[in-house]
Amino acid sequence: MVLATILILAIGTALTRFLPFILFPNAESAPKYVHYLGNVLPPAAISLLVVYSFRDISFASAPHGLPEILAVAAVAGLHIWRNNTLLSIGAGTALYMILVQFVF
Amino acid sequence: MKTLAFKSAFPHTVPVLTGFLFLGIAYGILMSERGFGVGWIFLTSSVVFAGALQFVAISLLTSAFDPLYAFIIAISINARHLFYGISMLKKLGDAGKVKPYIIFAMCDETFSILCSAEPPPNVNKQAFMFFVAALNQSYWVIGGVIGGLIGPLLTFNTYGIDFVMTAFFVVVFINRWRADGNHSPAESAEKLSVRIRSFSKTGLKPPVFCERIAAHGIFQHSPALIGLGAATVALLIFGADNFVIPAMILIIVCLTLFRRRV
Repeated sequence: MVLATILILAIGTALTRFLPFILFPNAESAPKYVHYLGNVLPPAAISLLVVYSFRDISFASAPHGLPEILAVAAVAGLHIWRNNTLLSIGAGTALYMILVQFVF
Repeated sequence: MKTLAFKSAFPHTVPVLTGFLFLGIAYGILMSERGFGVGWIFLTSSVVFAGALQFVAISLLTSAFDPLYAFIIAISINARHLFYGISMLKKLGDAGKVKPYIIFAMCDETFSILCSAEPPPNVNKQAFMFFVAALNQSYWVIGGVIGGLIGPLLTFNTYGIDFVMTAFFVVVFINRWRADGNHSPAESAEKLSVRIRSFSKTGLKPPVFCERIAAHGIFQHSPALIGLGAATVALLIFGADNFVIPAMILIIVCLTLFRRRV
Protein backbone atom coordinates (compact mmCIF):
# COMPACT_ATOMS: atom_id res chain seq x y z
CA MET A 1 0.00 0.00 0.00
CA VAL A 2 2.90 2.33 0.74
CA LEU A 3 4.28 1.52 -2.68
CA ALA A 4 0.92 2.27 -4.31
CA THR A 5 0.70 5.61 -2.50
CA ILE A 6 4.22 6.53 -3.61
CA LEU A 7 3.36 5.67 -7.22
CA ILE A 8 0.19 7.77 -7.07
CA LEU A 9 2.19 10.70 -5.68
CA ALA A 10 4.70 10.22 -8.51
CA ILE A 11 1.98 10.13 -11.17
CA GLY A 12 0.23 13.20 -9.75
CA THR A 13 3.51 15.11 -9.62
CA ALA A 14 4.54 14.08 -13.14
CA LEU A 15 1.12 15.14 -14.41
CA THR A 16 1.59 18.69 -13.09
CA ARG A 17 5.01 18.85 -14.74
CA PHE A 18 4.09 17.38 -18.13
CA LEU A 19 0.62 18.82 -18.67
CA PRO A 20 1.68 22.20 -20.16
CA PHE A 21 3.91 20.38 -22.64
CA ILE A 22 1.09 18.01 -23.57
CA LEU A 23 -1.38 20.88 -24.01
CA PHE A 24 1.02 23.07 -25.97
CA PRO A 25 3.37 20.75 -27.86
CA ASN A 26 4.42 23.71 -29.98
CA ALA A 27 5.51 26.59 -27.74
CA GLU A 28 5.02 29.23 -30.41
CA SER A 29 1.38 28.32 -30.84
CA ALA A 30 0.52 28.81 -27.17
CA PRO A 31 -1.70 31.86 -26.68
CA LYS A 32 -0.13 35.12 -25.47
CA TYR A 33 -2.16 34.86 -22.30
CA VAL A 34 -0.39 31.57 -21.48
CA HIS A 35 3.00 33.23 -21.95
CA TYR A 36 1.90 36.08 -19.70
CA LEU A 37 0.91 33.56 -17.03
CA GLY A 38 4.26 31.84 -17.51
CA ASN A 39 5.97 35.08 -16.55
CA VAL A 40 3.90 36.11 -13.56
CA LEU A 41 2.89 32.78 -12.03
CA PRO A 42 6.26 31.66 -10.59
CA PRO A 43 6.62 34.48 -8.02
CA ALA A 44 2.94 34.13 -7.13
CA ALA A 45 3.42 30.38 -6.69
CA ILE A 46 6.35 30.89 -4.33
CA SER A 47 4.25 33.31 -2.27
CA LEU A 48 1.58 30.63 -2.10
CA LEU A 49 4.16 28.18 -0.76
CA VAL A 50 5.21 30.64 1.95
CA VAL A 51 1.61 31.04 3.06
CA TYR A 52 1.18 27.27 2.78
CA SER A 53 3.95 26.61 5.25
CA PHE A 54 2.21 28.87 7.79
CA ARG A 55 -1.20 27.28 7.36
CA ASP A 56 -1.22 25.34 10.62
CA ILE A 57 -0.17 28.14 12.95
CA SER A 58 -2.80 29.25 15.42
CA PHE A 59 -2.32 32.90 16.21
CA ALA A 60 -5.29 32.91 18.57
CA SER A 61 -3.88 30.44 21.09
CA ALA A 62 -0.53 30.41 22.91
CA PRO A 63 2.26 30.79 21.85
CA HIS A 64 0.47 32.83 19.12
CA GLY A 65 2.82 31.72 16.35
CA LEU A 66 5.69 33.44 18.12
CA PRO A 67 8.30 30.69 17.45
CA GLU A 68 7.44 30.80 13.74
CA ILE A 69 7.50 34.59 13.57
CA LEU A 70 10.86 34.82 15.35
CA ALA A 71 12.44 32.02 13.31
CA VAL A 72 11.19 33.41 9.99
CA ALA A 73 12.48 36.85 10.94
CA ALA A 74 15.86 35.22 11.64
CA VAL A 75 15.83 33.39 8.28
CA ALA A 76 14.84 36.52 6.35
CA GLY A 77 17.26 38.78 8.24
CA LEU A 78 20.19 36.40 7.80
CA HIS A 79 19.42 35.86 4.16
CA ILE A 80 19.15 39.55 3.34
CA TRP A 81 22.33 40.21 5.30
CA ARG A 82 24.61 37.31 4.30
CA ASN A 83 22.81 35.83 1.27
CA ASN A 84 23.99 32.35 2.25
CA THR A 85 21.23 29.78 1.73
CA LEU A 86 22.68 27.14 4.02
CA LEU A 87 23.32 29.60 6.84
CA SER A 88 19.82 31.12 6.60
CA ILE A 89 18.04 27.76 6.56
CA GLY A 90 20.34 26.04 9.07
CA ALA A 91 20.42 28.80 11.68
CA GLY A 92 16.70 29.54 11.28
CA THR A 93 15.76 25.89 11.75
CA ALA A 94 18.09 25.49 14.74
CA LEU A 95 16.55 28.58 16.35
CA TYR A 96 13.06 27.23 15.72
CA MET A 97 13.92 23.87 17.27
CA ILE A 98 15.37 25.58 20.34
CA LEU A 99 12.30 27.82 20.64
CA VAL A 100 9.72 25.03 20.41
CA GLN A 101 11.66 22.58 22.56
CA PHE A 102 12.96 24.80 25.35
CA VAL A 103 11.37 28.24 25.32
CA PHE A 104 7.66 27.88 24.50
CA MET B 1 31.59 17.53 -24.88
CA LYS B 2 29.52 16.07 -22.09
CA THR B 3 32.27 16.74 -19.55
CA LEU B 4 32.27 20.38 -20.62
CA ALA B 5 28.51 20.65 -20.13
CA PHE B 6 28.85 18.99 -16.72
CA LYS B 7 31.61 21.40 -15.71
CA SER B 8 29.62 24.46 -16.72
CA ALA B 9 26.41 23.19 -15.09
CA PHE B 10 27.95 22.27 -11.74
CA PRO B 11 28.78 25.79 -10.40
CA HIS B 12 25.16 26.85 -10.96
CA THR B 13 23.98 24.00 -8.76
CA VAL B 14 26.28 24.59 -5.77
CA PRO B 15 23.74 26.64 -3.77
CA VAL B 16 21.24 23.85 -4.37
CA LEU B 17 23.85 21.26 -3.32
CA THR B 18 24.02 22.70 0.19
CA GLY B 19 20.31 23.38 0.47
CA PHE B 20 19.19 20.01 -0.87
CA LEU B 21 21.66 17.98 1.16
CA PHE B 22 20.41 19.73 4.26
CA LEU B 23 16.71 19.44 3.37
CA GLY B 24 17.24 15.89 2.11
CA ILE B 25 18.90 14.87 5.36
CA ALA B 26 16.01 16.41 7.32
CA TYR B 27 13.58 14.48 5.12
CA GLY B 28 15.51 11.24 5.62
CA ILE B 29 15.52 11.74 9.39
CA LEU B 30 11.75 12.38 9.46
CA MET B 31 11.10 9.33 7.29
CA SER B 32 13.28 7.10 9.43
CA GLU B 33 11.49 8.38 12.55
CA ARG B 34 8.29 7.01 11.00
CA GLY B 35 9.94 3.67 10.41
CA PHE B 36 10.88 3.96 6.73
CA GLY B 37 14.23 2.50 5.71
CA VAL B 38 16.73 3.89 3.25
CA GLY B 39 15.15 1.92 0.38
CA TRP B 40 11.82 3.71 0.74
CA ILE B 41 13.52 7.09 0.99
CA PHE B 42 15.59 6.40 -2.11
CA LEU B 43 12.52 5.25 -4.04
CA THR B 44 10.34 8.22 -3.03
CA SER B 45 13.01 10.82 -3.73
CA SER B 46 13.78 9.20 -7.09
CA VAL B 47 10.28 8.76 -8.50
CA VAL B 48 8.31 11.55 -6.79
CA PHE B 49 11.08 14.15 -6.43
CA ALA B 50 8.96 16.96 -5.04
CA GLY B 51 10.27 18.29 -1.73
CA ALA B 52 7.16 19.96 -0.34
CA LEU B 53 4.91 17.07 -1.28
CA GLN B 54 7.31 14.49 0.13
CA PHE B 55 7.34 16.26 3.51
CA VAL B 56 3.55 16.55 3.53
CA ALA B 57 3.13 12.95 2.37
CA ILE B 58 5.10 11.40 5.24
CA SER B 59 1.93 11.27 7.32
CA LEU B 60 0.02 10.01 4.29
CA LEU B 61 2.35 7.04 3.94
CA THR B 62 1.69 5.98 7.51
CA SER B 63 -2.11 6.41 7.46
CA ALA B 64 -4.80 4.27 5.80
CA PHE B 65 -4.55 3.84 2.02
CA ASP B 66 -6.53 6.60 0.31
CA PRO B 67 -5.48 6.86 -3.35
CA LEU B 68 -7.85 9.66 -4.31
CA TYR B 69 -6.75 11.88 -1.43
CA ALA B 70 -3.08 11.16 -2.22
CA PHE B 71 -3.67 12.13 -5.84
CA ILE B 72 -5.47 15.36 -4.93
CA ILE B 73 -2.72 16.31 -2.46
CA ALA B 74 -0.05 15.62 -5.10
CA ILE B 75 -1.85 17.75 -7.68
CA SER B 76 -2.65 20.64 -5.38
CA ILE B 77 0.77 20.96 -3.76
CA ASN B 78 2.53 20.59 -7.09
CA ALA B 79 0.11 22.63 -9.15
CA ARG B 80 2.74 25.37 -9.25
CA HIS B 81 4.68 23.12 -11.65
CA LEU B 82 1.99 23.89 -14.22
CA PHE B 83 3.23 27.46 -13.96
CA TYR B 84 6.84 26.37 -14.45
CA GLY B 85 5.95 24.22 -17.43
CA ILE B 86 4.16 27.12 -19.07
CA SER B 87 7.22 29.31 -18.46
CA MET B 88 9.55 26.69 -19.93
CA LEU B 89 7.58 25.83 -23.09
CA LYS B 90 9.88 27.87 -25.30
CA LYS B 91 13.17 27.10 -23.62
CA LEU B 92 12.64 23.35 -23.65
CA GLY B 93 11.09 23.37 -27.11
CA ASP B 94 14.19 21.87 -28.75
CA ALA B 95 15.64 19.86 -25.86
CA GLY B 96 15.43 16.58 -27.78
CA LYS B 97 16.07 13.25 -26.07
CA VAL B 98 16.63 14.67 -22.58
CA LYS B 99 13.45 16.78 -22.65
CA PRO B 100 11.24 14.22 -20.85
CA TYR B 101 13.75 13.87 -18.01
CA ILE B 102 14.18 17.64 -17.61
CA ILE B 103 10.39 18.06 -17.43
CA PHE B 104 10.14 15.19 -14.93
CA ALA B 105 12.84 16.71 -12.71
CA MET B 106 11.69 20.35 -12.90
CA CYS B 107 11.69 21.26 -9.22
CA ASP B 108 11.61 24.86 -7.91
CA GLU B 109 15.41 25.12 -7.86
CA THR B 110 16.06 23.58 -11.27
CA PHE B 111 13.40 25.89 -12.65
CA SER B 112 14.96 28.99 -11.15
CA ILE B 113 18.44 28.03 -12.42
CA LEU B 114 17.22 27.25 -15.93
CA CYS B 115 15.27 30.51 -15.99
CA SER B 116 18.35 32.63 -15.56
CA ALA B 117 21.49 30.59 -16.32
CA GLU B 118 22.85 30.37 -19.84
CA PRO B 119 25.65 27.94 -20.75
CA PRO B 120 28.79 29.36 -22.41
CA PRO B 121 28.49 29.46 -26.22
CA ASN B 122 30.71 26.39 -26.77
CA VAL B 123 28.56 24.20 -24.50
CA ASN B 124 25.67 22.06 -25.68
CA LYS B 125 22.53 23.66 -24.26
CA GLN B 126 20.58 20.42 -23.93
CA ALA B 127 23.39 18.70 -22.04
CA PHE B 128 23.77 21.76 -19.80
CA MET B 129 20.08 21.77 -18.85
CA PHE B 130 20.15 18.01 -18.35
CA PHE B 131 23.08 18.18 -15.93
CA VAL B 132 21.52 21.02 -13.93
CA ALA B 133 18.37 18.92 -13.47
CA ALA B 134 20.19 15.65 -12.80
CA LEU B 135 22.73 17.13 -10.36
CA ASN B 136 19.96 18.78 -8.35
CA GLN B 137 18.00 15.56 -8.14
CA SER B 138 21.09 13.59 -7.12
CA TYR B 139 21.71 16.02 -4.19
CA TRP B 140 18.16 15.49 -3.00
CA VAL B 141 18.34 11.70 -3.24
CA ILE B 142 21.80 11.52 -1.60
CA GLY B 143 20.69 13.86 1.21
CA GLY B 144 17.64 11.69 1.88
CA VAL B 145 19.73 8.53 2.01
CA ILE B 146 22.23 10.13 4.40
CA GLY B 147 19.34 11.27 6.61
CA GLY B 148 17.86 7.79 6.55
CA LEU B 149 21.18 6.30 7.60
CA ILE B 150 21.96 8.72 10.44
CA GLY B 151 18.35 9.19 11.57
CA PRO B 152 18.24 6.07 13.76
CA LEU B 153 21.57 7.05 15.34
CA LEU B 154 20.47 10.52 16.44
CA THR B 155 20.06 10.99 20.15
CA PHE B 156 18.85 14.59 20.24
CA ASN B 157 15.25 15.63 19.99
CA THR B 158 14.44 16.47 16.35
CA TYR B 159 11.06 18.08 17.14
CA GLY B 160 10.67 21.17 14.99
CA ILE B 161 13.09 20.07 12.27
CA ASP B 162 10.27 20.25 9.72
CA PHE B 163 10.75 24.02 9.91
CA VAL B 164 13.46 23.55 7.24
CA MET B 165 10.72 23.60 4.62
CA THR B 166 9.37 26.93 5.84
CA ALA B 167 12.87 28.38 6.02
CA PHE B 168 13.57 27.08 2.55
CA PHE B 169 10.45 28.68 1.05
CA VAL B 170 11.25 31.99 2.73
CA VAL B 171 14.75 31.88 1.19
CA VAL B 172 13.37 31.03 -2.26
CA PHE B 173 10.89 33.90 -1.85
CA ILE B 174 13.65 36.40 -1.02
CA ASN B 175 15.84 35.15 -3.92
CA ARG B 176 12.92 35.47 -6.31
CA TRP B 177 12.04 38.92 -4.97
CA ARG B 178 15.60 40.06 -5.63
CA ALA B 179 15.63 38.53 -9.11
CA ASP B 180 12.34 40.25 -9.97
CA GLY B 181 13.76 43.54 -8.72
CA ASN B 182 16.74 43.25 -11.07
CA HIS B 183 14.63 42.08 -13.92
CA SER B 184 13.37 45.03 -15.85
CA PRO B 185 12.77 48.09 -13.73
CA ALA B 186 13.09 50.19 -16.87
CA GLU B 187 10.36 48.25 -18.62
CA SER B 188 7.78 48.58 -15.90
CA ALA B 189 8.71 52.21 -15.21
CA GLU B 190 8.17 52.76 -18.92
CA LYS B 191 4.71 51.19 -18.75
CA LEU B 192 3.83 53.37 -15.82
CA SER B 193 5.18 56.57 -17.31
CA VAL B 194 3.04 55.93 -20.40
CA ARG B 195 0.05 55.79 -18.12
CA ILE B 196 1.16 58.89 -16.24
CA ARG B 197 1.64 60.75 -19.51
CA SER B 198 -1.77 59.78 -20.78
CA PHE B 199 -3.08 60.90 -17.43
CA SER B 200 -1.43 64.31 -17.70
CA LYS B 201 -3.01 64.85 -21.12
CA THR B 202 -6.24 65.22 -19.23
CA GLY B 203 -4.68 68.31 -17.67
CA LEU B 204 -4.63 66.78 -14.21
CA LYS B 205 -1.48 66.08 -12.24
CA PRO B 206 -0.87 62.34 -11.85
CA PRO B 207 -1.27 61.18 -8.29
CA VAL B 208 1.99 61.36 -6.36
CA PHE B 209 1.77 57.68 -5.40
CA CYS B 210 2.10 56.74 -9.09
CA GLU B 211 5.53 58.33 -9.31
CA ARG B 212 6.52 56.80 -6.04
CA ILE B 213 5.50 53.35 -7.23
CA ALA B 214 7.45 53.92 -10.44
CA ALA B 215 10.52 54.96 -8.48
CA HIS B 216 10.40 51.86 -6.29
CA GLY B 217 9.67 49.52 -9.17
CA ILE B 218 6.98 47.85 -7.10
CA PHE B 219 5.36 46.52 -10.28
CA GLN B 220 7.94 43.77 -10.64
CA HIS B 221 6.80 42.51 -7.29
CA SER B 222 3.08 42.64 -8.01
CA PRO B 223 2.80 38.91 -8.84
CA ALA B 224 4.57 38.01 -5.58
CA LEU B 225 2.36 40.39 -3.60
CA ILE B 226 -0.78 39.17 -5.35
CA GLY B 227 0.27 35.63 -4.45
CA LEU B 228 0.71 36.52 -0.79
CA GLY B 229 -2.59 38.39 -0.61
CA ALA B 230 -4.69 35.86 -2.51
CA ALA B 231 -3.25 32.88 -0.63
CA THR B 232 -3.86 34.56 2.73
CA VAL B 233 -7.43 35.43 1.83
CA ALA B 234 -8.06 31.86 0.64
CA LEU B 235 -6.53 30.47 3.83
CA LEU B 236 -8.78 32.63 6.01
CA ILE B 237 -11.90 31.64 4.08
CA PHE B 238 -11.31 27.96 3.35
CA GLY B 239 -9.07 26.91 6.23
CA ALA B 240 -5.75 25.11 6.36
CA ASP B 241 -6.86 21.87 4.72
CA ASN B 242 -8.70 23.10 1.64
CA PHE B 243 -7.23 26.43 0.61
CA VAL B 244 -4.61 25.56 -2.01
CA ILE B 245 -6.89 25.11 -5.03
CA PRO B 246 -9.10 28.14 -4.24
CA ALA B 247 -5.90 30.15 -3.68
CA MET B 248 -4.59 29.15 -7.11
CA ILE B 249 -7.85 30.12 -8.78
CA LEU B 250 -7.89 33.44 -6.94
CA ILE B 251 -4.26 34.08 -7.96
CA ILE B 252 -5.03 33.43 -11.63
CA VAL B 253 -8.10 35.67 -11.49
CA CYS B 254 -6.14 38.51 -9.83
CA LEU B 255 -3.21 38.19 -12.25
CA THR B 256 -5.62 38.24 -15.19
CA LEU B 257 -7.31 41.38 -13.92
CA PHE B 258 -3.89 42.90 -13.22
CA ARG B 259 -2.85 42.24 -16.84
CA ARG B 260 -5.85 44.14 -18.18
CA ARG B 261 -5.09 47.13 -15.99
CA VAL B 262 -1.38 47.49 -16.72
